[in-house]
Amino acid sequence: MAFISSGYNPDKPMEGRISDIGPRHYTDFLPPVIKKNYGKWLYHEILEPGVLMHKAESGDEVYTVRVGTARLMSVGLIREVCDIADKHCGGYVRWTTRNNIEFMVDSKDKVAPLKADLSGRKFTGGSLKFPIGGTGASVPNIVHTQGWVHCHTPATDASGPVKVIMDELFEEFQTMELPASLRLAVACCLNMCGACHCSDIAVVGIHRKPPIIDHEVLENICEIPLAVSACPTAAIRPSKTEFEGKEKKTVAIKEDRCMFCGNCYTMCAALPLADGESDGCAIMVGGKVSNRISNPKFSKVVVAYVPNEPPRWPTLVKTIRTIVDAYKKGANKYERLGDWAERIGWERFFDVTGLEFSQHLIDDFRDPAYYTWRQSTNFKW
Amino acid sequence: MAKHQTPMLDELTKGPWPSFVDDVKAEAARRAENKDGIEFQIPADVCEDLLGVLELSYKDKETHWKHGGIVGVFGYGGGVIGRYSDVPKQYPGIAHFHTVRVAQPGGKFYTTEHLRALMDIWDLRGSGLTNMHGSTGDIVFLGTFTEQLEEIFYDITHKLNNDLGGSGSNLRTPADCMGMSRCEYACYDTMALCYALTQEYQDELHRPAFPYKFKFKFDGCPNGCVAALARSDLSFVGTWKGPIRIDQKAVAGYVGGELKPNAGAHASRDWGKFDIQKEVIDLCPTKCMSYDGKTLSIDDKECYRCMHCINTMPAALRVGEEKGVAILAGAKAPILDGAQMSSLLVPFMKVEEPFDEVKELVENIWEWWMEEGKNRERLGETLKRLGFQKILEVTGVQADARHVQHPRENPYIFWKEDEVGGWKRDIQEYRKRHAR
Repeated sequence: MAFISSGYNPDKPMEGRISDIGPRHYTDFLPPVIKKNYGKWLYHEILEPGVLMHKAESGDEVYTVRVGTARLMSVGLIREVCDIADKHCGGYVRWTTRNNIEFMVDSKDKVAPLKADLSGRKFTGGSLKFPIGGTGASVPNIVHTQGWVHCHTPATDASGPVKVIMDELFEEFQTMELPASLRLAVACCLNMCGACHCSDIAVVGIHRKPPIIDHEVLENICEIPLAVSACPTAAIRPSKTEFEGKEKKTVAIKEDRCMFCGNCYTMCAALPLADGESDGCAIMVGGKVSNRISNPKFSKVVVAYVPNEPPRWPTLVKTIRTIVDAYKKGANKYERLGDWAERIGWERFFDVTGLEFSQHLIDDFRDPAYYTWRQSTNFKW
Repeated sequence: MAKHQTPMLDELTKGPWPSFVDDVKAEAARRAENKDGIEFQIPADVCEDLLGVLELSYKDKETHWKHGGIVGVFGYGGGVIGRYSDVPKQYPGIAHFHTVRVAQPGGKFYTTEHLRALMDIWDLRGSGLTNMHGSTGDIVFLGTFTEQLEEIFYDITHKLNNDLGGSGSNLRTPADCMGMSRCEYACYDTMALCYALTQEYQDELHRPAFPYKFKFKFDGCPNGCVAALARSDLSFVGTWKGPIRIDQKAVAGYVGGELKPNAGAHASRDWGKFDIQKEVIDLCPTKCMSYDGKTLSIDDKECYRCMHCINTMPAALRVGEEKGVAILAGAKAPILDGAQMSSLLVPFMKVEEPFDEVKELVENIWEWWMEEGKNRERLGETLKRLGFQKILEVTGVQADARHVQHPRENPYIFWKEDEVGGWKRDIQEYRKRHAR
């Protein structure tokens, strides 16, 4: 392959350079019916799972068909999205915050052909390219991170677990049978790029072994003071060691103080902590970001560890199914998972889900831990 | 014949949910066929090699990506995430796999023309794989070689009038909900404010000068569809003052069953007939509503605008007419010191172009945080360490009962010297009153 220049001249990098122009203005990309009624919407309806209708003061209506995606999308597949949008939607399309795609049309009679087109498209293996759903009291698409596909700190994969969980919860994606929206997230490590700390159900990759110290290169590739100060529990201190007859500057780790957050590895590549056998996931539940009825709240750890079981993570999937079924059965209409758990009490949550409560579920990290212990005799048997 | 055997990943082609494995395989096949005769600027078999290394990770249960490394485009300190394989010999196509964050448009609306043009760049110069979108909101071009980075940047700016997003200790690409474009709940123009601040702070977005990352997110109403409250250092959440607008005829429509509650969100299950008492009045968290069989009344002074009644009867109830934004500060995920939610800083602000009041607030916060924040300390952690009073001080916001869930439970109050008539005292004067 020959190198093709875009016009960039490395000898004169500032020549003709354009920078700091930001994104294109959003009005360049709004469908005409959206642009015309901007800020003048009256109400909306969910006509069926995955299909929304928004009514404007002008009387205009916009119909939206929402489909799930795998987030990781190829150029070929996005061009297919463009073909569909050109054919049905006048060349406009949008993505949602949860990585769904929304195809919008300006009249009801355009919905059925659009839906038929979307539903008919499948991958070679038979999975749907554009499954319709994710509205109302459903499981919308799972927000997730990079996992083993691209990240340097993951304790688990993300795309794979999302695929198998959504396969399991596919009916809940395509219908609206739940008491309220049930939002899932997967983060492949505690950095939580996907910010899943406020999800109804969150899967979080965790490491369980302290870093391995690469004494041979540590002093060459790390700033030792940064590695030391990176540790939130002060488990790392500067040290010296002998390596192949030479004295090396390095660090020492108080292993029983390590909480396996991986922050030191982010600061110092000579402290890797990934371990195929001991890495896995924690499951957290009951978080939400909406202010509706109750305040936003963090997710709580209800399963401290599930091993990584690629390719289809059966224990993880089964555990999530158990939680979803118990919630579906027990919660009131409009009640989010966390509100349901608080209403029945967390001790009852463990009863009805059958999940085992272990000492790992009692917080022991700094001040916030104390506020989670019970200071009352108001508990249930 | 596939370049690498991927028996484990092949299991992920089963089931109804879109299979990324099938998609990557299709992309690999498309590039192998190359019917448009594209001179791919990175190895044509990059997708095969990515599947190969991912299969290896499925076997080892460990990642095979090395720590970043310094790559980027000239003059920017963010926008590109460096990534190298730790098994480059087996999978040369992904020896480098840097990702490029491309600034996404507001509300993530696209014309197919723009989207296709982006894809053409990535077809030629990258892996052909993307994330639509990354967690912060950017379009993520997933995987290219170092020598392509300037070329990609040049193409994006020159051909598409677009830019890179943020990474590193920068302002991260601000993200918004769709707001007024297609939502009746929007209490301010999220897209206008997001765009204005993004443009104003391009320097902060591209050149790392902060202690750590900084995120703005814009939610049009308390429903919080972009999760601003949970994941942005400065969260802008739309709200209103004054009465909820009521259409009593439409209320009757819900009670009578002509209109579907919650816009039809529960339609797949039989929850019984809509019961306004049980589903709206009794669930109102402040108990400020009543219904006498004909008229719905709201004691708006007691309403705290949670959105439940409006969500449940969207055709009957509308947000109040005096709209604006509540600004909250300090949300973050757990690393380093535990997860934090944003805390209310400005209970209400009208937001209209040119948004000077918002900008003043932002700049005062940054000035303080850049001075006081430690390396890798998010705004929320600085706030926790130095106290909420500090942010009130630097922003000039008056303390208000709305700032707290409840007043403090300890009396260890940091009185200032000027509040107590000075700290200097004369021991001799004291001794005149008290023997030693």
